Amino acid sequence: MAFASIYVPNFIVQAAVCARTEWKNRAVALLDGTPPLLSVAAMNEFAERAGIQVGMSESQVRQFNGVEVERRSREREEAVYGALMEMSWSVSPRVEDTAMETITLDLAGLDSVFGAPERIGKLLARRAATLGLKVHVGISENVETAIHAAKGFSGITVIPGGTEASALASLPMSVLSPSTEVAESLERWGVRKCAELAALPMAELSERLGEEGVRLHELARGARSRSLVLTERKMDFTEEIELDDDVEELEPLAFLLGRLLDQLCARLRACALAASAIHLRFELGDAFEKEPVGPIEIPAAEAPRTYEKALRLPVPTRDSKLLLNLLRLQLQGDPPHASIRKIALSAEAARRRAAQKQFFEPHSVDTEKFELTLARLENLAGKSNVGAPQILDTHRPGAIGMERFSTHKEETKSQRRATDAGAARDAENLAAKTALALRVFRPEWMARVEMRDEFPARIYFRGLRGEIAVASGPWRSSGDWWREDAWRQDEWDVEIHFQAEIFRGEERQREMNDGVYRIYYDCARQNWYVRGRYD
Amino acid sequence: MPSGLAHLRLQVEEALRGRVIAPFDYHDRSAAENVSTGIDELDLLTGGFPRGALTEVFGPGGSGRATLFISALSVRTANGEECAFIDAGDAFDPASAQAAGADLSKLLWIRCRKIEQALRATDLILQGGGFGFVCVDLSGVSREMARKIPLDTWFRFRRAVENTRTVLLALEQEANAKTCASLVLKLAPGRIHWSSVRQNENGRIQSGGMLERPFARLLDGVDVCAEVVRSRVKPVTRLEIRVNHLQAGSNRVKTQEATFRAHSAGNLSRDRRESQQT
Repeated sequence: MAFASIYVPNFIVQAAVCARTEWKNRAVALLDGTPPLLSVAAMNEFAERAGIQVGMSESQVRQFNGVEVERRSREREEAVYGALMEMSWSVSPRVEDTAMETITLDLAGLDSVFGAPERIGKLLARRAATLGLKVHVGISENVETAIHAAKGFSGITVIPGGTEASALASLPMSVLSPSTEVAESLERWGVRKCAELAALPMAELSERLGEEGVRLHELARGARSRSLVLTERKMDFTEEIELDDDVEELEPLAFLLGRLLDQLCARLRACALAASAIHLRFELGDAFEKEPVGPIEIPAAEAPRTYEKALRLPVPTRDSKLLLNLLRLQLQGDPPHASIRKIALSAEAARRRAAQKQFFEPHSVDTEKFELTLARLENLAGKSNVGAPQILDTHRPGAIGMERFSTHKEETKSQRRATDAGAARDAENLAAKTALALRVFRPEWMARVEMRDEFPARIYFRGLRGEIAVASGPWRSSGDWWREDAWRQDEWDVEIHFQAEIFRGEERQREMNDGVYRIYYDCARQNWYVRGRYD
Repeated sequence: MPSGLAHLRLQVEEALRGRVIAPFDYHDRSAAENVSTGIDELDLLTGGFPRGALTEVFGPGGSGRATLFISALSVRTANGEECAFIDAGDAFDPASAQAAGADLSKLLWIRCRKIEQALRATDLILQGGGFGFVCVDLSGVSREMARKIPLDTWFRFRRAVENTRTVLLALEQEANAKTCASLVLKLAPGRIHWSSVRQNENGRIQSGGMLERPFARLLDGVDVCAEVVRSRVKPVTRLEIRVNHLQAGSNRVKTQEATFRAHSAGNLSRDRRESQQT
């Protein structure tokens, strides 16, 4: 078993310089603190040679010519460290973020993939170089030894097992990170190297320096071992792009979205994950300032500067083409009201589901393909007009809702047994029953009814006059009396024979309208309506 | 000559490769699987709705088209199949379907306001595939508008379901699909049956056609005449179905009974002559 430690010397300056290639061979000094009390926190070797020292004030530093002076940016340091961690995870799945400038990897099992530890060390250095960072790599069978070797030696250092003490002997005491008091004590005693500390007797060291003395003694000999404290990899799948020129049309926008989705899906694929939701966010420009925005006519100056959309998927997927088509359909239905300056796409990662269906289950709709079909249908007919019908939990006639139609219905075993039993029972019942269906008029037709002996006798609606031959009712129902929209209706099933329409004059046309209708008297609105026709 | 024909056949197969499977093989379209309509006697009459084909059901208002649809819907959803209903007139009543035993969670309902929307939605559904039962309801569309639907639209629908397990049903006021439909069923409304119930002074319930007031009148059922106009499976014949709608007490609970009578085409024409003479 071996461990590799990556140390980034002068991490603060390297993090600032790696993003700016023009600063590579220039003196750089970074300021930190609360303005106006800014002072030099870090600098590179060029700045040091120029005479800049840590602690100098901003005004002092700015007197030097040819020195790049900048405020320290912790966000940039975190981003660089994050990239270094990602790079480490690309080599080993077991990584520890030891310190701000140190990362330690477990190399167990990697020799068959990458080769000998020295090759792995070179690989790490090479990959760090692509990030613009110059690193030291220490490799040892002991975690602490690997860390100290990386801190103390430049380049790639491989310490074979059993030689830790001799390898660390020449390193200064400072690499072991003693406390200030202990360091001062050791300095007074003339102990400056690890070999000198390792030569001291353990018992006496313990009496004088306590537990820390023992710890430092073991570290100096390479005898102290520990396990890695593994860092959990945060699955943040976000892709962003900031545009030089604002985008206004859907086609170029779709091209950019396609690229981002390809990258996102590739990252998901590398982690064996899929996207259960995609969040789209645009930062908008001001291209449409003269046009009113939205149905309420918000002035363009007050319009929101961002546009956000969330695409939820019933089944996780990493098909970038499918996701692009779904996003396009959403954008066609609800386009942003201004040009786009920045695009950010993030995915909620989830494991792909593998559903095993029953052998004799009927073939059903392909879930991913259906999502696209559903999006197209919603664009065509409106989102509220596409879905599975739902009878609401009320006695109010005609109370229905629309819920999202899903092809992915997970059933437990007991639910499946209940479904099969219900299907068998329904099949038996269906053999004996055929229900008469009502064809509903939406919206309901207003009518005028003439009563005779408390029964409807004649009805007028839609330019037609009909004689009511038979009437069944009234069937009174009411509800929601505690609400403002309380209802109370008297329903009738009536057989209507219509008179000939004067402007048509076709006997056959008249016969087509004869039949059984459902009408009702709305006691609240005090009016008659035709609810539908039995068909 | 035979070698020339074989060479020509190879050339045609090569040209159609990837687009048409086995272009010279004979496909027996009449051997399609049929599924129940939900009405036993109609199954006997028609053999059921064919899978992978277009079935056209037409008739005037009140002729039982919606009833036939919800019966078929109940059977298909009970079988676990997903169904789609393209409603060109937004006239579907979910309560009726649920009373018939349909599982509404397995039904995709697309509520359209224009015929163009309905036809486009049908294209999308059929292209997506996977539905066991697709019904497009053009009953609310005027005859003039329905006649304007190009024949190639019907042909496209038929081709979309061919070689699939989808039952495609079209409900209309008159037949428009011509030869694109494998089964064409004509429905006509018949007699409407009412009954009366009354509680007399002794508290006993009387029922009958002519009762003294007060009484409650109940809708018993509606006769529907079904005639197979064209079928690639069964010979043309006619069936008269009575669809019952019984009301029990004040709850108006719908119980269902059905009585069926089947008429051959010969008997029907004799009945017509007799009714004309009277």
